[in-house]
Amino acid sequence: MLKRPNTLKNSEQELRIFRVRALLAVLVVFTLAGLLTSRLVYLQIVQHDMYSTRSENNRVRVEPLPPNRGLIYDRNGVLLAENRPTYNLTLVRERVDNLDETLALLVDLLELPEEEIEAFNVRSRQRQRPFQPALLTSDLSEAQIARLAVNRHRLPGVEIEAQPLRYYPDAEIMAHTLGYVGRINAEEMETLDAGRYAGTHFIGKTGVERFYEEELHGQAGLRKVETNARGRVLRELGRTDPVPGKNLTLTLDKSLQTLAYELLDGRRGSIVAIVPGTGEILAMVSTPGFDSNQFVTGIDVASYRDLQQDLDLPLFNRATRGHYPPGSTIKPFLALAGLVEGVITPDSTINDPGYYQLPNDSRRYRNWLRWGHGRVDLERALAVSNNTYFYTLAHDLGIDDLHDQMSNFGFGRRVAHDVQGESGALMPSRDWKRGRFNQPWYPGETLSVGIGQGYWQVTPLQLASATATLANRGHWVKPRLARQIGDTPVPRDLPDTLDDIVLANDSWWDRVFSGMEKVVSGTEGTARRTGVGLEYRMGGKSGTAQVFSLGQDQRYNADELAERLRDHALFVAFAPLDDPQIAVSVIVENAGGGSTHAAHLARAMTDAWLLEDEAPDVEEVREVLEEDDANVEGN
Amino acid sequence: MPWHYIARSMRGHPVRPPESGIARRKSIWERIHLDPWLLGLLLLLMGSGLIVLYSASGQSIDAVIGQGVRFLIALVGMVIIAQFSPSTFLRFAPLAYCIGVAMLIAVDVVGDVGMGAKRWLVIPGVIRFQPSEMMKLAAPLMVAAYLNRCELPPRLRDIVVCGVIIGVPVVLTAIQPDLGTSLLVSSAALIVVLLAGLSWRLIGFITALGAAAVPLLWMNMHNYQRQRVLTFLNPESDPLGAGWNIIQSTTAIGSGGLWGKGWLQGTQSQLEFLPERHTDFIIAVLGEEFGLVGMLVLLFLYLLIVSRGLWMASSAQDTFGRLVAGSIILTFFIYVFVNMGMVSGILPVVGVPLPLVSYGGTSSVTLLAGFGILMSIHAHRRLLSR
Repeated sequence: MLKRPNTLKNSEQELRIFRVRALLAVLVVFTLAGLLTSRLVYLQIVQHDMYSTRSENNRVRVEPLPPNRGLIYDRNGVLLAENRPTYNLTLVRERVDNLDETLALLVDLLELPEEEIEAFNVRSRQRQRPFQPALLTSDLSEAQIARLAVNRHRLPGVEIEAQPLRYYPDAEIMAHTLGYVGRINAEEMETLDAGRYAGTHFIGKTGVERFYEEELHGQAGLRKVETNARGRVLRELGRTDPVPGKNLTLTLDKSLQTLAYELLDGRRGSIVAIVPGTGEILAMVSTPGFDSNQFVTGIDVASYRDLQQDLDLPLFNRATRGHYPPGSTIKPFLALAGLVEGVITPDSTINDPGYYQLPNDSRRYRNWLRWGHGRVDLERALAVSNNTYFYTLAHDLGIDDLHDQMSNFGFGRRVAHDVQGESGALMPSRDWKRGRFNQPWYPGETLSVGIGQGYWQVTPLQLASATATLANRGHWVKPRLARQIGDTPVPRDLPDTLDDIVLANDSWWDRVFSGMEKVVSGTEGTARRTGVGLEYRMGGKSGTAQVFSLGQDQRYNADELAERLRDHALFVAFAPLDDPQIAVSVIVENAGGGSTHAAHLARAMTDAWLLEDEAPDVEEVREVLEEDDANVEGN
Repeated sequence: MPWHYIARSMRGHPVRPPESGIARRKSIWERIHLDPWLLGLLLLLMGSGLIVLYSASGQSIDAVIGQGVRFLIALVGMVIIAQFSPSTFLRFAPLAYCIGVAMLIAVDVVGDVGMGAKRWLVIPGVIRFQPSEMMKLAAPLMVAAYLNRCELPPRLRDIVVCGVIIGVPVVLTAIQPDLGTSLLVSSAALIVVLLAGLSWRLIGFITALGAAAVPLLWMNMHNYQRQRVLTFLNPESDPLGAGWNIIQSTTAIGSGGLWGKGWLQGTQSQLEFLPERHTDFIIAVLGEEFGLVGMLVLLFLYLLIVSRGLWMASSAQDTFGRLVAGSIILTFFIYVFVNMGMVSGILPVVGVPLPLVSYGGTSSVTLLAGFGILMSIHAHRRLLSR
């Protein structure tokens, strides 16, 4: 197939050609080698620093070390909020051989609901860095962990990751006051210090958890780790330890809080108890409660809707945000206002015909007892809760002085030091009414305010705080929830405390106390049945708040309607009279039956706090309440 | 065995045959038809390669032993090939070429698919074979054999025939598709034509033709091949995907600096950031751990081998031997340049291993077979001159 060899080949010429070409080839080879050399010099000498940094960034990863959140204790060291180790299941897609098979196996092993897999599929469709673990499900049970461990070899790329999770052992009882933590949302992310919160997924959303977020959270640490290209950590190169959050000791008494919760027995209501001398809040309960643990990991839509649509508003913190007409519970404070302003003396009396009339007005403002209480002085006015006496007092004070004096007791203001989301409620005044309705103040409205009705609205916390100040003979100590932050006790006197209430004669306090004692211990007292068998001296005041109308969008059936139109029962109390250790406010919505329902609960609270060995039996209290409900008496 | 044989052999043997043609006693190296300088340099290269491979394979002694065994087998092959006289290669070149072409066609029809390309010919249970690898030697041998019968410099007619001889296997390899091997086969054969004295005018013409063919080539490329070219032009366009290799390899080399991070201390290599680190990208491991100094030492070693090889080629005594020897040694350098150029980011990524350093048996066998032919040509000089 080849042509015949050329016998006349010129060997010399061919050799010469080859030598020239070979020389050229050498030139080319050395030129290319020079090109490679210059490229290497460029990479390894000129650009060395840049590539050094790049290779270092490849290798070294900075991982945040989130701090442990501070624990929360009650005043006796009982744990109220802890960090429970939980286990999450994560999956690194790049290391999973067959995703569908693995997921099917996991569903089978762990009995996972289909929704979790769907949610995971949605999450994993979003673009993410390779070799980043994706969360499959959180809070694995011990049995699930055991089953995973046994099948580990069949599940490459599936990892169990430990994460401390906030847990509230007494969630329902503490929910409103303690609050809860939840996942940091996009809005919060923008305002947070990224360094401090590096690696932290949770933040206090409500209550103590939110108010003391700064102290509870602590400071994130860092560790530099060497990782390989798959993101696996090979060794630690250096670290800054996180500063754990401070532990918080609250003023709350868990057993008293629990009692208050049980006393309310699932009804809509609130109980707040404060130590008058120190401002320590012993109990602050709003019912019905809810399981705040649900909110930590994220509550499911259906459960959240149920909570939101519940007519009893379990998510609503009645103790700090519930607005109630105070009714007759504010009569002692009005009496004090009268004494401060010199409108009355402890001995001044009125004659009660059963009603009060404004000058030049035919309208009769009635006492609750149609035929009147006759001659009434301060103490008797409190004991029998005489309206006419307080109509007169309110009229003589006028709305301006009345507003100012009641503000001094904290009405219409936020009173507490560290209660998250506290409402100031409403202490009406001329200015307020002009701003709100563009109307002048009418004298008749002063009379309504004088018996705690009309526009006046208070929160249970305000009522308890005012009662504590009264029990403390006018000396204000700010109510507070924190007793000790880390190792630092919260001082008794805090800035921005309201001015003390000073009477012309200090013994007048005893006269007001005496009037309040007669409410529970006097023969005419409105809550005299509550005072039966009392082992200490107690002052109290009952109140009834009328429910005028219901919101238009609220729908009730006939039975419910009747129930929800019943009056709210209120009671404030403090004890012992000569050295007050506890002040309580109780509100039970639609309890009707006068104020006795609330009074019994208040007595149970003071009994529990003062009689250490004879904690009241909740069942007994309930029996008394049932008896009373059948035996209605007005206030 | 007389001691002076060994002593002589250690000093090397004469570079030119005696002018007088008087027969002199052959050294031991001549008797076993090996070139001690070239052999020494190759052994030095393979030894260095094994040291780098230990690091690049994640300190796997198994990989080093496996590679060592392959080297041994390839060396034995080289020694055996060196024993044949060049005339044998001349005689068998057309046969080897025809068998090679037939197998390339067979691959395209019944070949085994790997990495999206048909490259392997498998006789189940017997052998797995890559015919394009054999073509790297068969094609230049065939061209040289053809040109050996022509008057040089070649006339246009001869060049057209050479073009056909080169074109057939190159096209067959390119459609597998295996662009890297196809380029190496064509350059190995083209070098033969160039060394034979292809006129400069024609060289210019072919270069222009090649430039004009670029758009045509682009249109016929597979997507992954286009992607490689695009990624080469701008690696940052896809840093986690196709650009990853080149970014990580330049980072590895650049971070090595002048002296390197030390053997087994390269973070890019040891922490698996560098892909293909024990095969095509092994030079990046060397660059990272031994720095510029290590790179230049290796490059110098390659240049020594190429210089020795070219010298051996130019001292061959007939056209066929010169052309074949020159092609083999220059193709060897093309391997080196393409691999180092691609890893250091001045050439696009084509699958060309670093000769005698990258992990893998096939290319070592082909390369050492080539060196066997080179040694045969060199060691059989006087037999031919007779």
